[in-house]
Amino acid sequence: MLSILRTLWLTFLHMFHKRETILYPEEKPKLPARWRGRIVLTRDPDNGERCVACYLCAAACPVDCIALQATEDETGRRYPEFFRINFSRCIFCGYCEEACPTYAIQLIPDFEMAEYNRQNLVYEKEDLLINGQGKYPGYNYYKVAGIAIGGKDKGQAERESPPVDVRSLIP
Amino acid sequence: MTTGQHYIILGGVLAALLTIAPGLIWLERRLLALWQDRYGPNRAGPFGVLIVLADTIKLFFKEDWVPPFADRKVFIIAPAIVAITVLMSFVIVPFAPGVIVVDLNIGILFFLAMSSMGAYSIILGGWASNNKYALLGAMRGAAQMISYEVFMGLSLMGVVLLTGSFSLVDIVEAQRGMWFVVPQFAGFITFLIAGIAETHRLPFDIPEAESELIAGFHAEYSGMKFGMFFVGEYLGITLISSLVVCLFFGGWLGPAFLPPLAWFALKTFAFIMLFILLRASLPRPRYDQLMAFGWKVLLPVTLLNLLITAAIKLT
Repeated sequence: MLSILRTLWLTFLHMFHKRETILYPEEKPKLPARWRGRIVLTRDPDNGERCVACYLCAAACPVDCIALQATEDETGRRYPEFFRINFSRCIFCGYCEEACPTYAIQLIPDFEMAEYNRQNLVYEKEDLLINGQGKYPGYNYYKVAGIAIGGKDKGQAERESPPVDVRSLIP
Repeated sequence: MTTGQHYIILGGVLAALLTIAPGLIWLERRLLALWQDRYGPNRAGPFGVLIVLADTIKLFFKEDWVPPFADRKVFIIAPAIVAITVLMSFVIVPFAPGVIVVDLNIGILFFLAMSSMGAYSIILGGWASNNKYALLGAMRGAAQMISYEVFMGLSLMGVVLLTGSFSLVDIVEAQRGMWFVVPQFAGFITFLIAGIAETHRLPFDIPEAESELIAGFHAEYSGMKFGMFFVGEYLGITLISSLVVCLFFGGWLGPAFLPPLAWFALKTFAFIMLFILLRASLPRPRYDQLMAFGWKVLLPVTLLNLLITAAIKLT
């Protein structure tokens, strides 16, 4: 009987606790930096596209929602002619990000992608490509640090750049 | 009292009750949320009050389905019984001096009769549904209401002994000196528990028991028929709360800075909150535990209370 009264009292005290609910549209939830949300294509520090159109993301995608076509510019650098992600199929598993050898494709903490028309969920390259470097600032696939040999450390030779400490970038 | 005044009171009581019943749906959801660290419905209208309107419209637009295997006539009439009996019981509740539909001299007996009639709604509803879960719920409901009715009546007899009248107006007037909750504390506790069982609210919602019997006796009901059970339940809460206030907490009596009606409403509201708090915090006992608690604990307590009260009254 006393335990029942205690239960009642403890439940009553919950009145003065902080609410767990986040009133969503007015109050945005705080998403962790590694949240797997909307997919973007990033650029390297020199504002070139990181994507080299290797098709690995499309191959890794378990629901086959990524479609792209590789092409080359006049310098021979590969880039996707079109890059299309069908977000109505995407399951936000992040395998494309894991497969990407150039950190080009990234999942970012944004989930507000609702559309009234299903067709609008098909994102083209101009929707995906952002003007930034995403989670890996300073990384450029075409810059190499080389290897250390006698008398020369990493990134000391001509056309080599100093290595990026990837661990310092972990959010 | 003229006939005109009578009709005004009748209409006022009916209007107030039928506003309170859906209002309680909102209140319960807000309070449950409050006690579970949530906000509850807060979008439609100020503080989400209009959720009630949305709910009602939704209930009206739902398919009013009568199962082909059901006993059609009984199935349709069962939900009406619960609302009618509870509304009938309100006839004897004095809201303020003079604000009462009929001051019956058998007031409490009338309430007990009506609340027993309420059991029919559950039994008939469960039986007519022709569904094993509904029938199980109805059986539990019948057993629970019969056993709890016994000491519900007995627990009130202490109050009746002290007052010497069955009329609720007399009972309230007799509490001018002291509220009956003090001399009749055991009666108050047993009546409150029996009242919760009578409205089959948690923790005594054995007939519904959504986690074991889906929805118990109203498993087959949809649309506004289900809505009637719902309204009946909330009216029942209001009824038991207002009766507890009248019988044990001095009804409309209170310091003069508030009008009598406000005192009555305030006390009743406090008990409605208690009902919701019980739902928020207590788990449902097992069926046999419920029966054992009723017959082996509450009934002896009530009888003892009655004996002692009678002995004191006689000396």
